[in-house]
Amino acid sequence: MTSQLILDKVTVNYDGVSAISDASFSLNEGEIGCLLGPSGCGKTTLLRSIAGFEPVADGSISLHGERISTAKYTQVPEERAVGMVFQDFALFPHLNVSKNIGFGLGHLTSSEKDSRILEMLSLVDLERVSERFPHELSGGQQQRVALARALAPSPQILLLDEPFSNLDAELRTQLAAEVRTLLKQNKVTTLLVTHDQDEAFAMADKIALLNSGKIVQTDTPYEIYHKPGSLFAADFIGKGTIINVAIDAAGLLGNNLGSLSINALPDETGNSVKLLVRPDDIAYDDTSETKLSIVSKSFLGPNYLYELALEDGQRVPCLTHSHIDIPVGDNLPVRFDLRHVVIFNAE
Amino acid sequence: MIGVGTGTLLLGVSAAWLTAMCDFPGRKILSWAFLLPMAMPAYIIAYTYTGILDFAGPIQTLLRHSFDWKYGDYYFPEIRSLGGAICMLSLVLYPYVYMLVRVSFIEQSTAVLEASRNLGKKPWQTLFLVALPIARPAIVAGVSLALMETLADYGTVAYFGVSAFTTGIFRTWYGLGELTTAAQLCAFLMLFVFALIIAERWSRQRLRFHHNASQKKMVRLQLSGWRSALALSVGVLIVALGFIIPAGQLAIWAASRWQENVNSQFLDLLFNSFSLAFVAALCCMLVAIFLAYSKRIFNSRLEQGSIGIASLGYAVPGTVIAVGVLIPIAWLDNQIDFLSRTWFDYPTGLLLSGTLGILVFAYLVRFLSIALNTVDSGLISIKPNLDESARSLGASPSKVLRRIHLPILRTSLLTALLLVFVEVLKELPTTLILRPFNFNTLAVRTYELASDERLMDAALPALAIVIIGLLPVLLITKSILKERLTND
Repeated sequence: MTSQLILDKVTVNYDGVSAISDASFSLNEGEIGCLLGPSGCGKTTLLRSIAGFEPVADGSISLHGERISTAKYTQVPEERAVGMVFQDFALFPHLNVSKNIGFGLGHLTSSEKDSRILEMLSLVDLERVSERFPHELSGGQQQRVALARALAPSPQILLLDEPFSNLDAELRTQLAAEVRTLLKQNKVTTLLVTHDQDEAFAMADKIALLNSGKIVQTDTPYEIYHKPGSLFAADFIGKGTIINVAIDAAGLLGNNLGSLSINALPDETGNSVKLLVRPDDIAYDDTSETKLSIVSKSFLGPNYLYELALEDGQRVPCLTHSHIDIPVGDNLPVRFDLRHVVIFNAE
Repeated sequence: MIGVGTGTLLLGVSAAWLTAMCDFPGRKILSWAFLLPMAMPAYIIAYTYTGILDFAGPIQTLLRHSFDWKYGDYYFPEIRSLGGAICMLSLVLYPYVYMLVRVSFIEQSTAVLEASRNLGKKPWQTLFLVALPIARPAIVAGVSLALMETLADYGTVAYFGVSAFTTGIFRTWYGLGELTTAAQLCAFLMLFVFALIIAERWSRQRLRFHHNASQKKMVRLQLSGWRSALALSVGVLIVALGFIIPAGQLAIWAASRWQENVNSQFLDLLFNSFSLAFVAALCCMLVAIFLAYSKRIFNSRLEQGSIGIASLGYAVPGTVIAVGVLIPIAWLDNQIDFLSRTWFDYPTGLLLSGTLGILVFAYLVRFLSIALNTVDSGLISIKPNLDESARSLGASPSKVLRRIHLPILRTSLLTALLLVFVEVLKELPTTLILRPFNFNTLAVRTYELASDERLMDAALPALAIVIIGLLPVLLITKSILKERLTND
């Protein structure tokens, strides 16, 4: 399978400051990728440089085997076969839905154009509102128009800039799943930018995690969640707490946490390690001898999320069924389940 | 009218496009310099250019000297013509279009323009397919405003000897003494004005739909080399023609006749104009406060309707207002005279007509909307819960007015005062018709001197008007500068 998009050591400056440095990433045909990171990490800048709105200062961007951005050359946006869905959708307010979708089809004859518009309308299920203007549509409909407009000229790659951030929280997850199905069915190579990990998990085959202008990890959603490669990744992805624990040569942990398999340990372990403890790494077990005092708890509907204090005062999360209702200040009997725990060298 | 429409459209839109969408050296200065021609009343620019361009003027004299031509040897466009009037009016009225379109360009979401590039359109295609259509309501609103001013213009067309509605009304009124015909002409003129008002209101409503919140800062098209030089010279040319050249010429003329003209008569003129303008501005402000507050407190259909009608005044040409005010007042005068003669056997004569009071009343009708808009927008920013929170903290209504409303409204009130003051100073036709006998203002004097071909003498009062006219331009500039701080 050939790589559709290749970013090779891309550096982008924004307002004279380096916004992205040395970023490498590639996407295969039909794959959905995601640039995930906190706001201000440069992910949108990187997306805009793929669309041709920002020049790259170093490295290169290739699309379908053709170099479209290097330090010396920037192909203008209108000549790139790149479709983009903007964060605020950027629909043309003076054109109706059909004309918005047909805007990028100038190269077709009018009958070809009409049939392509109809095809796109039915793809996103908007035939009934084809004559309406953008301000007469709901947020979800606007989003689908933007998607149809970007897909209409059959781009080599589709870029989505925070595509769901303008929508209601409930709509978001539902739409993310729908959009993924649609893109997969039509084998559209897609790169998505978001700061919302749920969106990234719901949409992407492959996630590049960015932190202050650098790609810190590229992996599948599963690997990113369960095997974060850095403290930043561990902290940013999912719920969890990082604790410092003493460890001896046999892998026995302090705080009565039990022991770790020596094989799982990083090469150069000192006297202590940092552990990423996810809420599901500590399980409720009323037969357990280990009891931790409850610092706080929050009701999540099906679950309670307890915050527990270890012997030395560090806090760890614990997720239980919501039927296990023990007042704050009492002790919760727990069992440590450290098979999946993530270990970092203590600095 | 079509000529002025096209002229203001071309000048205004290109000026707005250059300063809002492009970047080149000098852009920031130009973006406020484009407003300068607003300070120049059309009739003043008209006779200034006449002075510059006519047979005895410096340009033609220079041409004759350098090529040794004589009268009739060469073609030179006649400035005092319909074409000339169109040029003059376009040069000073385009800022209306410029202001509105510029704001519309700036508020357009950058993403929409990028979306167009992303879908394969070149920058110039983007301008015509996306940016201009989105700005269309702003363009229509701006051009309607400019056209209303055109219809209202009397000085320019009268001076250039072009037949227009306003001159026609004037002629039938004074020359032929035909009241009915004049009134009919007025009514007909109002039809056009109403069409423009409807066009303007309609496009303002459309503007709301076309409003996209822009999240990122403007990404301007970077011009370089000859393009930026071209942009700069076009911009400078517009400003030079619309303001710098005529203002400079006025200054030169005024300076050359400085000694003869600055005398007690001129000081009288200043005093007359300033006190009249100030009284009118004060009246406008007070009535505006009254209307704005009654709308705030009662907000019934009656208040809204009366405010709607009151704010139409600005669209009505001064000539029409003068005629419209004069007819009922004259009738009232005659009735009073008749009653007084029958009952007391004492003729009062014309009690009201030809007094300063009626003039101030006409100004009030014409300029109330300016004051009302300013005061109203100030008052809207005082949210009702502000009153309520002040009351709940133990302040009496009068204390709320003193401690909350007046301090917040102060700037709006001063602005209203200033705007009306300047407009009254510039207003020509209303003053010309309604002024008491032998009562002169700067505008009337300028017009009279210019009509008598004493252009050099007219320069001093004209310059005074232009300088005072700069005040509101500075005010707008200040708000543009503020907006720039948030934008850049």
